[in-house]
Amino acid sequence: MRLQLNSLPSLSWAHWPAGLILFWLVCALLGYLLPQAQPDLTHILQAPNGHAILGYDDVGREILPRLLQGARISLSVALLVSLLSAVVGISLGLCAGYFGGFFDTLLMRITDIFLAFPGILLALAFAAILGPGLSNVILALSLTAWVSYARLSRIQAQSVSQQQHVLAAKSLGAAHRRILWRHVLPLLSAPLLVEATYSMASLVIAEASLSFLGLGVQVPHPSWGAMLRDAVRYMLVAPHYVLVVGLSLVSLVLAVNRLGDQLRSQFDVRGKS
Amino acid sequence: MMARFFSLLWVVFGVLLFTFLFIHLLPGDPVMVMLGESASSAEQSVLRLQLGLDLPIWQQFTHYLWRILQGDWGQSLFSHTSVAQLLAMRWWATAQLALLALCIGASVGLPLGVWAALGYQRWPDHLASIFSLSISAMPHFCLGPLMMLLFALKLGWLPVSGMDYPSSIVLPALTLGFGLAAILTRMTRASLLEVLHEDFVRTARAKGLPERQVIIRHALRAACLPVVTILGLQMGSLLAGAVITETVFAWDGIGRLLVESIEKRDYPVTQACVMVIALSYVLINFLTELLYQQVDPRLRRRFNRGAVSGGAA
Repeated sequence: MRLQLNSLPSLSWAHWPAGLILFWLVCALLGYLLPQAQPDLTHILQAPNGHAILGYDDVGREILPRLLQGARISLSVALLVSLLSAVVGISLGLCAGYFGGFFDTLLMRITDIFLAFPGILLALAFAAILGPGLSNVILALSLTAWVSYARLSRIQAQSVSQQQHVLAAKSLGAAHRRILWRHVLPLLSAPLLVEATYSMASLVIAEASLSFLGLGVQVPHPSWGAMLRDAVRYMLVAPHYVLVVGLSLVSLVLAVNRLGDQLRSQFDVRGKS
Repeated sequence: MMARFFSLLWVVFGVLLFTFLFIHLLPGDPVMVMLGESASSAEQSVLRLQLGLDLPIWQQFTHYLWRILQGDWGQSLFSHTSVAQLLAMRWWATAQLALLALCIGASVGLPLGVWAALGYQRWPDHLASIFSLSISAMPHFCLGPLMMLLFALKLGWLPVSGMDYPSSIVLPALTLGFGLAAILTRMTRASLLEVLHEDFVRTARAKGLPERQVIIRHALRAACLPVVTILGLQMGSLLAGAVITETVFAWDGIGRLLVESIEKRDYPVTQACVMVIALSYVLINFLTELLYQQVDPRLRRRFNRGAVSGGAA
């Protein structure tokens, strides 16, 4: 019994990234419960007070419920895009690395082209084609995010495929599907988890960037990027608005990045340079 | 080297293919989308002919390539000026911004990284890592307004936005430069820490060189190489990544042009912007790689050794 207790990780300050992420997840869930904030023209851009602890926005809505609903959208977009692009990217990369041959070459040449578009350029181009809106943002970001998963899982699968246990499974006559699923993929989980964490941070920023440019999530859905766009406009009269939204975004991204660093040193995954 | 060159050609081809398909990927008839519902059928057929949309698709693509090569990039649907002229002007504005940002980033990030590595696990290191972590968590649309608030509105030192004064470039360049400095700090620190454990540094110390000389003449020179590569790669993405910063500060560069054209559905301009940004990025990366191979003495030495042993055999 005592042994078990000792083997549990003890909570310390080092766990703040996980704690902060959990906090924002809870906030996002609360965002489901809270009603939509109603505009009230008598409160426009009022600073925080006893009634509304985060103050009011540019049409007199309380900022707090909108911030939580924005957290919901930011996090669910990031999670959904991660899931979609990870499933597509990992399965393509896994097959390419394991089977090699023409499919491998083709996939790499295609990802070469995708990597020629720096930053959010490709997402912007897709957003321009698809038009704004929540589902289009998810699609546009997924179309760009699968590439890094594919590259990573391909290179990892290539090295794992040469290992003894895979050769042993092959000589025992195991089916390719079984080998990939049971013998290759589990060994890839650590680097892929680290990659997924970093990619979550950049997805939160990418979604906010698209919304900031007006190409992302549209009204009436609150999104942190769209809120920042309004907040920056009224920065002089109501600095609390830009501070609240900006700090929320920075804290989330900081926590996710830091968690990525921690996971990386935990699993001893060599970082990308 | 040839392999690298062919891969460059393939990527350039891929980028052109994507920007060509861009018009065709738009939902609905591109001509209707571009002109709107109210356009007369005469206008529609003029544009259709102009874009060559009546030809088979592979012919359209070869025509497109030919037009691009000739510098005929079409006309803006709104200002009716040549897209190539528009882009040349805007590209230069972005390049200026990127160059200044690169200088700022290098002059902040490199010393800070060196300082952090020399004070490894002591307070210089901690301070530098707090700086780089918090800046890299801060997207440009947070950092930019913060800069504006502090330097333009509270202190009144610099113009808020626009391009009216020569000093207008400072705030957007600082925003981009700080983001770059955060990355450079981390890279310089990591690369210098790695080099400090190498044999040649121990040799330099063992021969009794003063620590200053060891760091400057031996360690830093070796640590610079990966940092130079990062600088090159970042220059490429600065040309592209300025989209947000240019929008925040109303800097009329290529990124802002891209966003404006998307808003106005000025598709020829969007198409050309995406193409130019991607091609600049690819070319700068290619040049950086070439430079790296020329500069790295280890690559040169390997080559020479190969030549000598080849001669002996």
